[in-house]
Amino acid sequence: MLVFIIRRLLQSMLVLLAVSIVVFVGLYAVGDPVDILLPDDANQSERQAAIRSLGLDKPLITQYGIFLGKAVQGDLGTSFVFNIPSIELILSRMPATLELALCAMVIAVLIGIPLGLWAGLKPGSAADEVITTGSILGFSLPGFWQGLMLIMIFSVWLGWLPSNGRGTTGTIFGIETSFATWDGLRHLLLPAINLALFKLAMMIRLTRAGVRETMPLDFVKFARAKGVSEPRIVLVHVLKNILVPIVTVIGMELGSLIAFSTVTETIFAWPGMGKLIIDSINKLDRPVVVAYLLVVTMMFILINLVVDLLYATLDPRVRLKGVSE
Amino acid sequence: MSAVPANPTAPEPEKRWRMLWREFAENRRAVAALVVCGLLLAAALLSPLIAPQNPYDLTVIDMFDSRMPPGSVNPDGFHYWLGTDGQGRDMLSAMLYGLRLSLMVGVVSGVLAIAFGVSLGLVAAYWGGFVDALIMRVVDFMLGFPTIMVALILLAVLGQGVDKVIFALVMVQWAYFARAVRGTALIERGKEYVDAAVSLGFSRPRIVFGHILPNCLPPIIVIGTMQIAHAISTEATLSFLGLGLPITEPSLGLLIANGFAYLLSGQYWISVYPGLLLLVTIFSINVVGDRLRDVLNPRLQK
Amino acid sequence: MTEPLLVIRDLETHFDTRQGTVKAVNGVSLEVSRGEVLGLVGESGSGKSITGFSILGLLDPPGRIASGSIRFKGEELVGASQERMRRLRGKDIAMIFQDPMMTLNPVLRIDTQIIEAIQVHDKVSHKAAHARAAEALRRVGIPSPEERLKAYPHQFSGGMRQRVAIAIALLHSPALVIADEPTTALDVTIQAQIIHEMQKLCAESGTALIWITHDLAVIDSMGDRVAVMYAGRIVETGAVRDVIAAPAHPYTRGLIDSVPSRNHRGQRLAQIPGMAPSPLNLPQGCAFNPRCTFADAACQVVPDETDLDNERNGRRVRCFHPIRLAQETVS
Repeated sequence: MLVFIIRRLLQSMLVLLAVSIVVFVGLYAVGDPVDILLPDDANQSERQAAIRSLGLDKPLITQYGIFLGKAVQGDLGTSFVFNIPSIELILSRMPATLELALCAMVIAVLIGIPLGLWAGLKPGSAADEVITTGSILGFSLPGFWQGLMLIMIFSVWLGWLPSNGRGTTGTIFGIETSFATWDGLRHLLLPAINLALFKLAMMIRLTRAGVRETMPLDFVKFARAKGVSEPRIVLVHVLKNILVPIVTVIGMELGSLIAFSTVTETIFAWPGMGKLIIDSINKLDRPVVVAYLLVVTMMFILINLVVDLLYATLDPRVRLKGVSE
Repeated sequence: MSAVPANPTAPEPEKRWRMLWREFAENRRAVAALVVCGLLLAAALLSPLIAPQNPYDLTVIDMFDSRMPPGSVNPDGFHYWLGTDGQGRDMLSAMLYGLRLSLMVGVVSGVLAIAFGVSLGLVAAYWGGFVDALIMRVVDFMLGFPTIMVALILLAVLGQGVDKVIFALVMVQWAYFARAVRGTALIERGKEYVDAAVSLGFSRPRIVFGHILPNCLPPIIVIGTMQIAHAISTEATLSFLGLGLPITEPSLGLLIANGFAYLLSGQYWISVYPGLLLLVTIFSINVVGDRLRDVLNPRLQK
Repeated sequence: MTEPLLVIRDLETHFDTRQGTVKAVNGVSLEVSRGEVLGLVGESGSGKSITGFSILGLLDPPGRIASGSIRFKGEELVGASQERMRRLRGKDIAMIFQDPMMTLNPVLRIDTQIIEAIQVHDKVSHKAAHARAAEALRRVGIPSPEERLKAYPHQFSGGMRQRVAIAIALLHSPALVIADEPTTALDVTIQAQIIHEMQKLCAESGTALIWITHDLAVIDSMGDRVAVMYAGRIVETGAVRDVIAAPAHPYTRGLIDSVPSRNHRGQRLAQIPGMAPSPLNLPQGCAFNPRCTFADAACQVVPDETDLDNERNGRRVRCFHPIRLAQETVS
C-alpha cells in the first residue's frame, strides 16, 4: 500500500513538472502583461523599469529556472494585478470553490442515484422514459445558459433567491463557509444547482446503466432464490456492485466540477478560484494562471489517488499495482 | 483456404444496417430527434437564403431598432419575429447564422478529432510496445483534465478565431476516440480472423483498415455523435467566456453572452432564444447518440 | 393417498418478444415425491431451466406463467403473492445455479451472503447465524470454514464456490432443491465429487431434488426418475433404469445413442439429424417430427402423453410411434 502511494506521488511530480513547463512556455507566448499593467501614458523608462521589476527582460529558460527554483520553496510568483503572492491569492479563493463543488456533488449524488435506481429497475416504464429524457436534457443544457435561465426565473421573475455573490459567511470549525448562515445558504443554492445539473444527469445515467447490467446477473437471481427481499437485493447486492464505477466517477468529476465552476462562478459572480482564473487570463496575470493550474493539477492527482485507494476497499477483486507483486 | 473466413453469424452488411435502422426507429423519440437534427442542418446550410436579414451587413442594421421585443415591426415594415439584439440585429437571422457557425465548428472539429484519434488509437493497438505506451500515456494525461479547462488554457495561449477554436476542440476530443478505438482494436486483433489475414500475407494497413477498423465503427459512431454535441456546447461556453469566436462572427454562445447584460432588465429574448436553439440542437444530437448507443451496444442486446 | 411433494399440471410459460410469443414451456406436467431425485433432461432451449425458474417464481420479464398449476405441499404457487413466494424461496424450495462463478455476489463476503440467507428466514442473532454458517460450510466439505467465511468469492475455486452455493441452498433443509446444471461448468473430477456430495446431503435430510441437465449420463448415475424435455414439452418420463435401458421416444433414443461411452470404438458417433427447432417457429404437431425417422402423417398433430401399456411406475411417452423394445425381447 505504502509502495503504491509513494510510486504514485513520484509519478505526480513528473506530471506537475510537465504541466508547469507546458503552461509556462505557453503563456510566455501570449501578449505582454506590461501593456495591461501600465497606464496608457507611461513613458519608455517606466516601461523598462516595469519589465525589469517583473523579471521579463531575462531569457525564457532563465525565467523558468527562477520560477522552478522558487516553486519548490512554495513561492509561485506574485500576482501582477493584486501584488500579493499568487499561491496565497488562490488559496484564499479555494474554500469558496470547494464549497460550491462539494455542495453540487452532494446534490447530484443524493438525487441522481435514487432516480437512476428507479429508472433502471423499471426499464421501459413511463418513469424511466421521463427520467432518461430528463437526464439527456440535463446533459444537453449548456451550463452557462442554464445559469442565466436560473437567474432569470428565480431571481428576476420570482425574486426568491439572490443571483450573485457569496452572501454572508460564517465560520464552522474555523472554516469560513456559506453553510453557516441563512443568507450564505440562499446565495449558495442557485450556483450549486447550476453546477450540479450536469453531474446529476450523469449520476442518473451511470446508476441506471449499472442497474440494468447488474439486475440480470445470476447472483441477483440467486439472492432471490435465497428469499432475500427485493429492497435488500437492490440496496445491498446491486448498489454495492455499481458503487465502484459511481465512486470513480464521483472522484473524477469532483475535479471537473472544480474546473467547470469557472463558468458558474463567472455567471453568479461567485468569488472562487474559477472566477479568478478567468479574470487572470483576461488580464494576462501569468503568475496566477500558472499557480492556479499547478494547484488544480495537484488537486486532481490527489483526488485520483484517493479514488484508487477507495477502489480497493469497495471491490475486493481490485488489487493495487505494486501491492500484490 | 482461399479467402479470409467471414464471421459466420454476421449478416451481410446491407442487411445489418437495415436491421439497425429498424431497431433505431422503434424509439419514436430518437426518430423525432433525428428529424430535428436534419431540419437544423438544413436551416444552417441554407441560412443565407432563408434568413430575413444578413446580420453581418452593417448597411441593413439600424441601431434605432436595438432591443425591440419579439413580434415588433420597424417603421420600414420589417418584422422582427424574435426581436432584435443590442445592436439592432434581427435575432432570428443572427440565430440562423450563429447556428451555422456552431454546427460547422462542432462537425469539423468532430471529424478532425475522429481522424486524428482513430489513427493514433489504431497505431497504438496494432504496433503496441513503446508506441502504444507513449500514446496511451498522452491519452491518460489528456483525459485526466476536464475538457473546458484544457480548452481554456489553449485559447488563452492561442487567442481567438474559428481555426483556433477548432484546433482547441480537436485537442480536447481526440483522446476519447483513441482510447475507444484502441480498446476495441485490441479485442479484434486477438480474434481468429486477424490471425487468418496475417497468415495469408495481407499487408498491415490492409488488415488495420480493411479488417479491424470496420469493427471499431460502432463505438466511433456513438462517441462521435456525443462528441459533436459536446463540441458545440464547449464552443458556446468558450465564446460566452469571451475566449472563443471573435465578436465579428457571433456563434450562438456569443449571442447569449451579448444578451446577458439585458437579462436582468427583463429583455429576456436576446439570451433565451439563441439558448433554446442551442439546447434543441445539442439535445437532439444527444438523443440520437443515446439511441445509437443502445442499438449498437452488444452488452445490452437481448 | 397423499399428494406428491410437487405437482405441476399443464404448465405454460411464455415470453412475449418482439418477434412473437415464445412458448418456452408448453404444457408440462410432472410430479416429484418427497426425497425423490428427478432428472430433467433436454438440450439447451428445451425449456428445462425455465420450468425450474417457473416453480420458484423467478422468471425474468418478459417471461410469465400463462396457465397451468404448480402445487407444492398442496399449496398452489401460480398466482401466489410475491411475499409468499419470497418466504418459500430458500426455506422450502432452494435453487442451485449453473455457473458458480456468477452465483455469488463478487463484492460481498461469503459470511455476509450466508448469514443473510439464514436471517431472512430465521430470527436468530448474528452470532448464532455465524456459527450456523460455519457449520454449513463444514458440511459441504470446505476446510477451515471459520477462516473461509471472511473471504470473498474470487478467492475460491469454481468447485469451492459451488459448494458454498450448495451450503446456502441446504441451510434451511428445504423439502425441494432445484439444481440447474450445477456441474456443467466444473471439471469432470469435481463434477463427480459434487454429484456425490449432493446425493448424500439430500438423502440425509430427505430433500427431493430436481436435477436439470443436458447430460443423461449424470442422471444415470444418480436419478430415481427422469423426464426428457424437447421444445417445451416433456416427451418421456419414467424410472431412470427403464428409460435408459429401453427409451420409447425416438428423441430419447437419439440422446442415449449420442452419449460417446455407449458407442463402440471406431464406430461413427450417432447423432440426431437436423437441428433443434427455433422456439419462435416450432414445427406443426410433434416438434420432433422433422428430425424423426419414424415420423409420418399422424405426427402433424401433437401427440398426448400416454402410459406405455407394458410398463408400470408412471412410464409415459408423448409419441405416436414409441419404440417398443418389448416386441423384440418378448418373442
